[in-house]
Amino acid sequence: MQNRLKNITKSRLFWPLMALALMIVFNIIFVDDFLKIEIKDGNLFGRIIDIINRAAPLMLMAIGMTLVIATGGTDLSVGSVAAISGALVCSLIGGDFKGVAQHPFAVAILAALAVSLLAGAWNGFLVGKLGIQPVVATLILFVAGRGIAQLITEGQIITVYYKPFAFLGGFAPGIPIPFSIIIVAIVLTIVLLVLKKTALGLFIESVGVNATSSRFTGISVTKIKFLVYTFSGLCAGIAGLIISSMIRAADANNAGLMSEMDAILAVAIGGTSMAGGRFSIGASMIGALIVQSITTTLYAVGVSAQVLPLIKAIVVIAICLVQAEEFRRKAFGIFAKKGGVQNEKAAAKL
Amino acid sequence: MKMFSKLTSLAVALTMTLSLAACGGAAKPAETAKPAEEKKAEAAAPAEQKKEDKAGKKIVVGFAQIGAESEWRTANTKSIKEACEKAGFELKFSDAQQKQENQIKAIRSFIAQKVDYIALAPVVETGWDTVLKEVADAKIPLILVDRSVKTSDGKDDLWVTRVGENFYQEGVDLATWVKTNEEKLGFKDKAAVNVYQLEGTVGSGAAVDRGKAWADTMKDSKFKTVKSQTGDFTRAKGQEVMESWLKSDKGKIDLVYAHNDDMALGAISAIEAAGLKPGVDIKIVSVDGVKGAFEAMIAGKLNCVAECSPLTGPKLVETINDLAAGKQVPKLTYAKEGVFPADKAAEVLPSRQY
Repeated sequence: MQNRLKNITKSRLFWPLMALALMIVFNIIFVDDFLKIEIKDGNLFGRIIDIINRAAPLMLMAIGMTLVIATGGTDLSVGSVAAISGALVCSLIGGDFKGVAQHPFAVAILAALAVSLLAGAWNGFLVGKLGIQPVVATLILFVAGRGIAQLITEGQIITVYYKPFAFLGGFAPGIPIPFSIIIVAIVLTIVLLVLKKTALGLFIESVGVNATSSRFTGISVTKIKFLVYTFSGLCAGIAGLIISSMIRAADANNAGLMSEMDAILAVAIGGTSMAGGRFSIGASMIGALIVQSITTTLYAVGVSAQVLPLIKAIVVIAICLVQAEEFRRKAFGIFAKKGGVQNEKAAAKL
Repeated sequence: MKMFSKLTSLAVALTMTLSLAACGGAAKPAETAKPAEEKKAEAAAPAEQKKEDKAGKKIVVGFAQIGAESEWRTANTKSIKEACEKAGFELKFSDAQQKQENQIKAIRSFIAQKVDYIALAPVVETGWDTVLKEVADAKIPLILVDRSVKTSDGKDDLWVTRVGENFYQEGVDLATWVKTNEEKLGFKDKAAVNVYQLEGTVGSGAAVDRGKAWADTMKDSKFKTVKSQTGDFTRAKGQEVMESWLKSDKGKIDLVYAHNDDMALGAISAIEAAGLKPGVDIKIVSVDGVKGAFEAMIAGKLNCVAECSPLTGPKLVETINDLAAGKQVPKLTYAKEGVFPADKAAEVLPSRQY
């Protein structure tokens, strides 16, 4: 019995899941109709749907961020890249009041994704090829990205009246679940398949653990790093499409603002070490859901605007403490085990 | 980075050469360096020409703008940029992306660049004491645009004047319209009307005044503010907060009062997603009067808008000209503002500039 319990608690997903479960239990107790899901106009409607739908952009960013962090890096530019992608798609479709698209929808989406890929490739080039420190390298786009986005929108908020644009972040006709969730599911499936069927996941971990020895075993560290940053850019680009679609507008200043921090937080709550190495995309997804449910819960409970950031910080600290091995050992003494350095590091970085 | 610094030094060198060349020309010193466009502007405004000759240079204005948080803000930026260009001022523009620290940095850089006037649209009300004292020490007249500032000693001697809008009055106008038109809004037979307030950025002058104005006007009336949450003046947040209210307070929400149009537009899309009719099932009123809001009113999704005119550019230029001419200016000047109910939206929209 003791052994089995140990095995369960040892699982990477255990503590993130526990934290999420805690959030849900809190919600069920304090928020009316938390679990209720109705069908409105043929679409699912309820708080849980809200949380998942709103978490979708964050989940996408967290997928890319997990891989980047696994190589021992960070991508600070995801929020700005999301803003660029949103700005581009909106300005290509155009803000015509009658809802006529200036360029075909597909062209606009492809252009936005291509630019996001390019932005990611730029990060990958700086980090992988030139060996610039990830924080510094991605800081360039973090700062410049919003400027680029503003340049695209000419400083205006472009409101898109073209109907199909709202499908991305809302509901597509005939599908009762939010379209953003489908996008996340598709991206997630592809990534997990690639990681499972190829040695790529192993390569990424090995680069994160020790780049030099990886190079000696024949892994192209440059290529792997280039790949993960490019992919992170793409993920941020898709997230940007969803974010701008949700409000049907390109908001260059606010789209994805601070979401790089949320994405890093999601990965850290998921238990992936900021120092690189072992990672779990599944755990990061749970992390993203936790981060979003904190916000939604605080709105639901009706915390006043002035104290909102403070309460959020306290909840985050609590979650990180529960995840930290050392804290648990001191506090409970029962889940003591060795080799829990990873979680601690993650919490310490926060 | 290296490339960048090279470019900068090149630019600096080029500017210096140009200004040297300008000094060298004995006959027409200022004219040679000036582009044709500005000449035209000066010709159109002879008063400026005279003043410039006296000072020997163009008036340089540093403007620390908040950012591009909404359509309103971008209209404000455009108005000031255009007015300054027309008046022949040299405008140094800084976009702070909604951060006070960026605005403080911008003001310090304006001081270092020795501009003639500094215009500031403060993102929040407090925390400006130190930097405004620095401006005063540098003897640069400071003009507040749009929002107001509160100093710790409560005095208002750190700025020359404020060209702005009357946030409090806007809130009062809107609340009064709601009260007098309760029949139109369908609140006549209701004993109590539940109001949900979408606040602006916490601590900003607009949010504070509009919140207070509503509360003061609605005091002892049947309009009760049930919940109030910040939407940071953005669409995304307004939408998210509304989404949450629609679940927790289903069927209770009668009226949404948004501190700006963008949050109202966000709330509208949330209400639509919940299968309700914005403007009918839930009434919505907001402040600002951007184009998007008028479009929403024409579509019947928004009930009333109190205008907050962003076209302060001409007023700012007028104030600077008065100051340059040594005239006394009032401490506070307001732009003209009105209230627009939905049924007037269609006829007003074509004349709207923002």
